[in-house]
Amino acid sequence: MSNHRQDTLELTTDVLVIGGGLAGTWAASAARRTGASVILVDKGYCGTSGVTATAGPGHWWVPPDPAQLRENTIRNRLKTGFGLNDPEWMNRVLALTWESLPTLAEFYNFSNDENGVTQYRALRGPEYMRALRKLVDSLGVTVLDHSPALELLQHSDGSVSGACGIRRQKGGDWQVNAGAVVLATGGTSFLSRLLGSHTNTGDGYLMAAEAGAEFSGMEFTSYYTVAPNHSTMTRSMSYAFATYYDEDGVVIPMPPGPDTMRPLARALLKGRVFCDLHRTPEDIRAKVPVISPNFMLPFRRWGIDPYKDRFEITLHGEGTIRGIGGLRVVGWDCRTSVPGLFAAGDAATRELVAGAISGGGNINSAWAVSSGQWAGQGAARYARKHEAAGGGRPIGQAGLRPGSATRHVDLTAALAAVQREVLPYDKNIFRSGDRLEQSGTVLEDIWTEFHSHAAGNFQTVLRTRETAAMLTTARWCVASALARDESRGMHQRDDRPQTSARFNRRILVGGLQKVWTRTDPAPKPELAS
Amino acid sequence: MIELVLEERCSGCNACVEICPTNVLEIGSDSSPFIARQNECQTCFMCELYCVEDAIYVGPYCDRPDPVDRESILASGLLGELRRYHGWDEWAADPRYSNEHWQMEKVFLRARDMAICTAP
Ligand SMILES: Cc1cc2nc3c(=O)[nH]c(=O)nc-3n(C[C@H](O)[C@H](O)[C@H](O)COP(=O)(O)OP(=O)(O)OC[C@H]3O[C@@H](n4cnc5c(N)ncnc54)[C@H](O)[C@@H]3O)c2cc1C
Repeated sequence: MSNHRQDTLELTTDVLVIGGGLAGTWAASAARRTGASVILVDKGYCGTSGVTATAGPGHWWVPPDPAQLRENTIRNRLKTGFGLNDPEWMNRVLALTWESLPTLAEFYNFSNDENGVTQYRALRGPEYMRALRKLVDSLGVTVLDHSPALELLQHSDGSVSGACGIRRQKGGDWQVNAGAVVLATGGTSFLSRLLGSHTNTGDGYLMAAEAGAEFSGMEFTSYYTVAPNHSTMTRSMSYAFATYYDEDGVVIPMPPGPDTMRPLARALLKGRVFCDLHRTPEDIRAKVPVISPNFMLPFRRWGIDPYKDRFEITLHGEGTIRGIGGLRVVGWDCRTSVPGLFAAGDAATRELVAGAISGGGNINSAWAVSSGQWAGQGAARYARKHEAAGGGRPIGQAGLRPGSATRHVDLTAALAAVQREVLPYDKNIFRSGDRLEQSGTVLEDIWTEFHSHAAGNFQTVLRTRETAAMLTTARWCVASALARDESRGMHQRDDRPQTSARFNRRILVGGLQKVWTRTDPAPKPELAS
Repeated sequence: MIELVLEERCSGCNACVEICPTNVLEIGSDSSPFIARQNECQTCFMCELYCVEDAIYVGPYCDRPDPVDRESILASGLLGELRRYHGWDEWAADPRYSNEHWQMEKVFLRARDMAICTAP
């Protein structure tokens, strides 16, 4: 980063929240409500950035009465989550989500159903994020838009004390000295063209790893969503009525229910796949534009009637977005193993609640709402004990401070190489030990080159760091998938088709120079002080 | 990807520059926005939604530019469609465009019930 101090906006605060999507805005509001001063930085614009803004999350939503409702929900999810999730975390998420959404009524116009009952469970993305932006503004959170964080600041005792980044519209750098930091930078789809995900490049993972944090559940990163070919429109509701065809026009048989991903991937490995939505009931067709207003946009613009015409489809990889893995949290307040560093939303692992299957459709957003608030409050509490003090050292490595001589590294080629290991269906959906080994070797080679030589200037530093982040995230995904020498949930290994009791444990991963994995010794987090 | 900012409609409020998550637009010397980095566009359509003048057109392709004819886009009725279906701004009071997103769960349940009925 630049050494021109005069170009640096330097600020001090109790809590710094990095990322202003669903989790970051809930975190900032919760921290601010404890009385702490809060700065929130987003790479893009807080209110339109992140994967909630373009979607419409339905939250995990179960009433508290009668008590059996939640008990049954949790029991069922423990089963479908293959035992890697934790009933206590599930209960906490259900309870806090239920309390939280109605508090947004000042900024979000909740609809009533035909019986006049207010509907809180599912919010439309752009309106939801616009409401959360209004909320943080109204509480007096300082928001810096278009201000991506590039690296954390760390004291010599290992505690995190802020971050630095660039101001990509205003020019120059920023540095925030903070009592505590919440990472809410989202997951990463490895720039797969998943809707709304292109600011989510895993930057928070890289920054946290440089401070010494560890990850959990990174093997559960093989979830994909259908979209019209050449489009980003991964809105799944209407595909509940889809009929799929192979190149010869023969219907591809699908199991009933939502699990169409694997049969579709199998078909796509054989050839092009087409789709129409002719089974959609007329009354639903009429409602689609006011349920999901963006769904029809690509079709209308191509002149396709999806209810009649067949269109080609693809599957976009979701990486850690509607996959599960992320930063390991080690306390009820979503602290990481690094003092002063908290994680929320898709930046954190959702294994605690979702288990070994995707948390999309309900758990992810509920987790973002609740983990955001716990992390925000936890960070504020931590900051009260550890006042923000300058003197933290910037600790960014790959792409900022190369290990040896700076040399030109082709970012486009590096990204394409990463994508070739973590996105293809035959490597990531249908996994096998030897293919994972090969991916691991390829990724290590790119990492060595990247880490040794890549360094960006003001124009390229962000893309350089993003590429480093996706590259090392891919390394952790592959290492975890190898370490889980079995099949479980979304992690399916052709060479190890059975689920094995030996792996009834979470798998932890981390390390930059050298990637390590181990099984989680303590399935339950310690109670926060 | 974003294809057009129509000067004849643009009021120069530059909201699109501010809210674009991937920083595609810039304020030009005439104080109005222009497409500075089309290849960074993530085809999220947010700029269209936030453009009260309906002056922006985003094409359906996410992986390649697809230049369009401005006259036919102006005549197409596609401009402003997203903002209208969202019921924003002047459409807020129009009952045809009230937010029915909450029905999503019911739609999924209908699909499930249909699948059960037609299962062999
Ligand atoms: C199409 C789609 C539909 C979905 N539907 C559902 C659903 O129905 N139910 C459900 O539970 N979940 C759903 N999900 C998942 C849900 O949207 C996510 O779990 C949730 O958005 C996570 O919130 P987050 O704040 O962690 O991440 P995001 O909302 O993605 O926000 C991350 C933010 O971090 C910012 N950022 C990234 N890097 C940096 C950096 N270096 N510096 C500063 N800022 C940075 C980004 O710009 C972004 O604003 C869906 C996801 C998708 C893709």
